[in-house]
Amino acid sequence: MTDTVVVAHELSRSFGKFVAVDRVSFEVGRGEIFGFLGSNGAGKTTTIRMLCGLLAPTSGRGEVLGLDVGRQPAAIKRRIGYMSQRFSLYTDLTVDENLRFWGGAYGLGGQRLAARADWAVQAADLAQRRRTLVRELPGGFRQRLALGCALLHEPPIVFLDEPTGGVDPEARRRFWDLIDALAAAGTTVFVTTHYMDEAERCHRVALMHAGRLLALDSVPSLKRLFAPGTVVEVRCSRAPAALQILEAEPAVREAALFGTVLHVVLAEADGASVVQNRLRSAGFEDVSITPIEPSLEDVFIHVIAGEAVAGDQWSVSRGQLRTVAGDQWSVAGGPAQPPSGNPSDHRAPTTDHRAGGRGR
Amino acid sequence: MIRRTLAIAIKELLQLRRDWRIAFTLIGMPMLLVLIYGYALSFDVQHVRLAVVDQDGTRSSREAAEAFLRSGYFDLVASPRDPRHLDAMFDDGRAQAALVVPAGYGRDLAARRPTVLQFVLDGSDSQTATTVLGYATQIVTAVSPLVRVDGRTGPAIPAPLVWYNPDLASSRFLVPGLIAFILMVTSVIATALAVVREKERGTMESLRATPLVALELLIGKTLPYLLMASAATAGSLILAWGLFDVPVRGSIFWLAAVTVLYLAGGLGWGILISTLADTQQVAFQVSLLSSMLPTLLLSGFIFPISSMPVALQWITHIVPARYFLVALRAIVLKGAGPEHWWLQAVGLVVYGGIVLVLATVRTVRSL
Repeated sequence: MTDTVVVAHELSRSFGKFVAVDRVSFEVGRGEIFGFLGSNGAGKTTTIRMLCGLLAPTSGRGEVLGLDVGRQPAAIKRRIGYMSQRFSLYTDLTVDENLRFWGGAYGLGGQRLAARADWAVQAADLAQRRRTLVRELPGGFRQRLALGCALLHEPPIVFLDEPTGGVDPEARRRFWDLIDALAAAGTTVFVTTHYMDEAERCHRVALMHAGRLLALDSVPSLKRLFAPGTVVEVRCSRAPAALQILEAEPAVREAALFGTVLHVVLAEADGASVVQNRLRSAGFEDVSITPIEPSLEDVFIHVIAGEAVAGDQWSVSRGQLRTVAGDQWSVAGGPAQPPSGNPSDHRAPTTDHRAGGRGR
Repeated sequence: MIRRTLAIAIKELLQLRRDWRIAFTLIGMPMLLVLIYGYALSFDVQHVRLAVVDQDGTRSSREAAEAFLRSGYFDLVASPRDPRHLDAMFDDGRAQAALVVPAGYGRDLAARRPTVLQFVLDGSDSQTATTVLGYATQIVTAVSPLVRVDGRTGPAIPAPLVWYNPDLASSRFLVPGLIAFILMVTSVIATALAVVREKERGTMESLRATPLVALELLIGKTLPYLLMASAATAGSLILAWGLFDVPVRGSIFWLAAVTVLYLAGGLGWGILISTLADTQQVAFQVSLLSSMLPTLLLSGFIFPISSMPVALQWITHIVPARYFLVALRAIVLKGAGPEHWWLQAVGLVVYGGIVLVLATVRTVRSL
């Protein structure tokens, strides 16, 4: 009995010349909420489809519950739950009819289906609306019902591909309460998202960009990527203008605009005064700098920025760039890495690069 | 296996129940079309406007004219003296046909000399003209002096004996074809749309992630439509029997068996289209064109296959309606047993088998 339920090793998928997923490696443990964070087109959906047996890998190996994704897709489909990015319920059927259909599609019937359908309507708060057509339900209810449908056959692992797209924050929160409860009960949840707040609720997060897995760790560990005190929030008027100045400042490693404020990653922990003086001398009067807890977004931008430098010499830098930062750093793709690495290895290629991603 | 297939079939039926438009298209449309086309699509001609130019004025000439009017096909609209007036009457459509009895007709008839009745037809509508000419020939034969050369007292009455369709009512001939046509069109469109709709709405992706295999999906998808189309067949036949007096002379069992074979091919074709089309729009157009035109033109529904160019005759072999029509007419009109149309059934089985295998293979690949 192993506690590893998903193994990806150098998993890759190309469509013609386009490499959608490029040598991605990771493991997911039982009962874990494993998040895949990345922008659209990062390769999240392609990865999840390979793991669900919907798409054969071009190369590399993937295992789900000990089953090979390329060779045993049918066996995998019987044992997993999957909620696709696109809406998976029939809107012209009622809540009950959907549950009965999806249960039937998973081969359930009789008492067991009835019991599981009861569970699903409870979980989705739809006990009073079982005869309502799904098209008349608000988005949040639909999403929880879709999750219920994917879990009718009690799979040990469920794959959720951007499950909360287009749903209001409150509904998203309730959806995630459901996910927490599932994981607590031992179900492994593999979820992709591009919402940072959702990623914060994952036990571990994999950052994916342009088909490659750039970082993988727990959220606190990812944030330890930055030395304490090196991430500060800079408030001032004309923030975009300030950004341009800071990008040219050697004491600033990265700067990015978050709404009306700047998130700045300092090269040294005591760099705040340097920034303060630099902006004062440039005519910014109302500058205030406070150290902040780095957000996942800071991490994301930081990691992608590092990647952007290496982008030109992609193949050359593959080994050296994504080396280990601290013990927890898992390594994505590339040839075998030294098990423990030096954080400075990771930073070396990025120190000269001062411009961060410019927000979104 | 059965549970999963049933789940799909029940889901389809539930969706059909919700969407009455599809249900109507499947069941109501065929019957409505039988009704409309049954009345409109007729090769029978009645009330032909006839002008009679009697230049003879004898009892024999009046008898000849009366024979035409008595036949029931012709209405007398004018009796001009001069045949030159006919031109104008044809031009403005007052008359469609004219009977000209030449002077001396009665005298020649009495003397048993060969004589001539002139029958003038507006040939601009060739279909009608051909039919009318047929009637006229029959009538003229009946009153012709040539039939009494053997010296018997009265003119012999030719009694043409037409089997299966004694009054040559075209509805008897057309209604089975119409049923074949409608079933093909609706079954192909309905199944193609049913599958492509899942692709378009995105539910196909979720179906693919379930343990459903291609065969379960195919059977589950087609079964409800097979039921609906069978109901439509029964309804159309009852309608045809009640309104157009088209009886089902043969075995209902064989009728059902052949119809299911035919429908299986149509449904398979619909599934095959659904694996190629990604939008309902495309699926609809492809299935409409690929089912309607061949069934209308290349099945023997309206144009006899034997009068087509040889190349075209070969093409008709891949049109399933070609086989179904022969068998259907044989069963419905002649009450013929399978020994007479088994070859058609083989044709349907081969067609259905190839199409269904292709559809399954393509679905497996896309699943």
